[in-house]
Amino acid sequence: MIAYLAKRILLLIPLMLGITLITFAVVHLAPGEPVEMQISMNPKVTAEARERLKKFYGLDKPLHVQYAVWVKKLAMLDFGRSFAPDNRPVIDKIRERIPITLSLNIISLVIEFGLAIPIGILAAIRRDTLFDKGMTVFVFIGFAVPTFWLALLLMYLFGVKLGWLPVSGLHSLGSEAYGSLRWLLDMAKHLLIPVSVAAFGSLAGLSRYMRSTMLDVIRQDYITTARAKGLPERTVIFRHALRNALLPVITLLGLSVPGLIGGSVIFETIFAIPGMGQLFYGGVMARDYPLVMGILVIGAGLTLIGNLLADLGYAFADPRIRHGQGS
Amino acid sequence: MKDSFFRQVFWSRFRTNRFAMAGALLIVFLFLVSLLAPLITPYGPDDLDLYHVLMPPSGTHWFGTDDLGRDVLTRIIYGARISLKVGFVAVGIAVAIGTVIGLVSGYYSGRLDNILMRFVDIMLCFPTFFLILAVIAFLEQSIWYIMIIIGLTGWMGVARLVRAEVLSIRERDYVMAVRALGASDTRIIFRHILPNSLSPVLVSATLGVAGAILTESALSFLGIGVPPPTPSWGNILTAGKEYIEFAWWLTLYPGLAITVTVLAYYLVGEGIRDALDPRLKR
Repeated sequence: MIAYLAKRILLLIPLMLGITLITFAVVHLAPGEPVEMQISMNPKVTAEARERLKKFYGLDKPLHVQYAVWVKKLAMLDFGRSFAPDNRPVIDKIRERIPITLSLNIISLVIEFGLAIPIGILAAIRRDTLFDKGMTVFVFIGFAVPTFWLALLLMYLFGVKLGWLPVSGLHSLGSEAYGSLRWLLDMAKHLLIPVSVAAFGSLAGLSRYMRSTMLDVIRQDYITTARAKGLPERTVIFRHALRNALLPVITLLGLSVPGLIGGSVIFETIFAIPGMGQLFYGGVMARDYPLVMGILVIGAGLTLIGNLLADLGYAFADPRIRHGQGS
Repeated sequence: MKDSFFRQVFWSRFRTNRFAMAGALLIVFLFLVSLLAPLITPYGPDDLDLYHVLMPPSGTHWFGTDDLGRDVLTRIIYGARISLKVGFVAVGIAVAIGTVIGLVSGYYSGRLDNILMRFVDIMLCFPTFFLILAVIAFLEQSIWYIMIIIGLTGWMGVARLVRAEVLSIRERDYVMAVRALGASDTRIIFRHILPNSLSPVLVSATLGVAGAILTESALSFLGIGVPPPTPSWGNILTAGKEYIEFAWWLTLYPGLAITVTVLAYYLVGEGIRDALDPRLKR
């Protein structure tokens, strides 16, 4: 177990380096320079001023030198300063946005897993019943509906038509004056549509996955044995089958991180939520290299850590791996 | 896949799957509609009519008109062209890259395999949408760039699939036999291994088309996808968001078009999977 852990952690280093390399390449090999952007807004800038600006941002050096400088700073967790006029450290900008995106994602993950697991299990043990078939149809629709469209429809229905829920932002105007309970309720109301849309988007895939792993497990010999022993069906399902069917879900939890982070761009744009996605979108549009690279590295790094935790969780939950047998 | 296998086994299984057949018919219908677009629509996709902006659905405009008085149904029909094009080209690119990398990685194994697979791991760490956005926004707006970028960020799954197939096929007796007969690596890979590892790729490609259509519509919705005035389902929705308070039809219909199309590809993809390998049927 310890050797496994050490191996996994050591492997993080080349992977992380690869992430920085791809990030750098993606951002720097694309045409269009941040300096050009600032100049195009102000035609009076001379060639000399332009060079000065390039030098100021370190863009005059050859690419490999720029990369080396950037990675060296990254190793000390220095993400550089934003190219935006406020010139603030990138890490500060990310730090104030990340809790919003993360908490939104965690809430939707909890809802998603909380619903998908029971749905998948029920569909598996009641295979080919009306419930199972209804769920299959629901799953297919869930796959196919573009989440941003669903978000728009719900916004229209509950926000515009019925007027029950606010349609943008995280807080109402003047919410600073509210008591803490009312403030929290106000935020919950703002989050209701975005969180349910986000959860619905991945609910379909997860519940289908849960159903198929559960079906796999139920077919195994030891389940037949358990039934043959005369155990009640409830015990067979919940004590014997469920444990093994839940194992692969741990891995899935880790794998769903990048999708959630990536999806945040659309949600945050639609609902005007000031999170990472919105920050990234703005950064990309303004060709703010350090900010874009910083978010890409952090996003990919979070995924890496998510996957590692999921694998460790799996290893911990599965005695075959825990005791060093098998792979 | 042998010809007789295709006709006898695959097709007879696929045909009995009602959902898959419905999906396939729908895709054929979409193809016809987008091919014949100028013949079936009485309006042009860019015909402005400033006297009839944001008109609700009626006998003359079945799906209403948009903020410039253009007929929404016409624009959705022309938008189908974009979606089909993006879906197929992007997936074509992804499948080509993924297949080559998967073949090389699986066949040569060892160090090269290790490097390629770590590259796949790294690419999978990035939130795909962020990566696409970072590149797209730096480029001039064009449908070609979109197709290429979606393809370049979507090959990893195919590479893993092909590699796994190759690893199992490589050790089979018939490959050994061909090798003993003195066939070159290229010949073994392309004549004997590739054709036998394509069936899972076919499934993932069909599902990939659906994914590419969704990604394109999301990009266009954000205003960095297909450049206006070319109609795409995503950029019609951008206007839909703008006018959602007074023109629900601008939001409802293009979204339905996306949903139905994506659903059709999913159904066909699942149908192909079940038909290729009924053991996997669940």
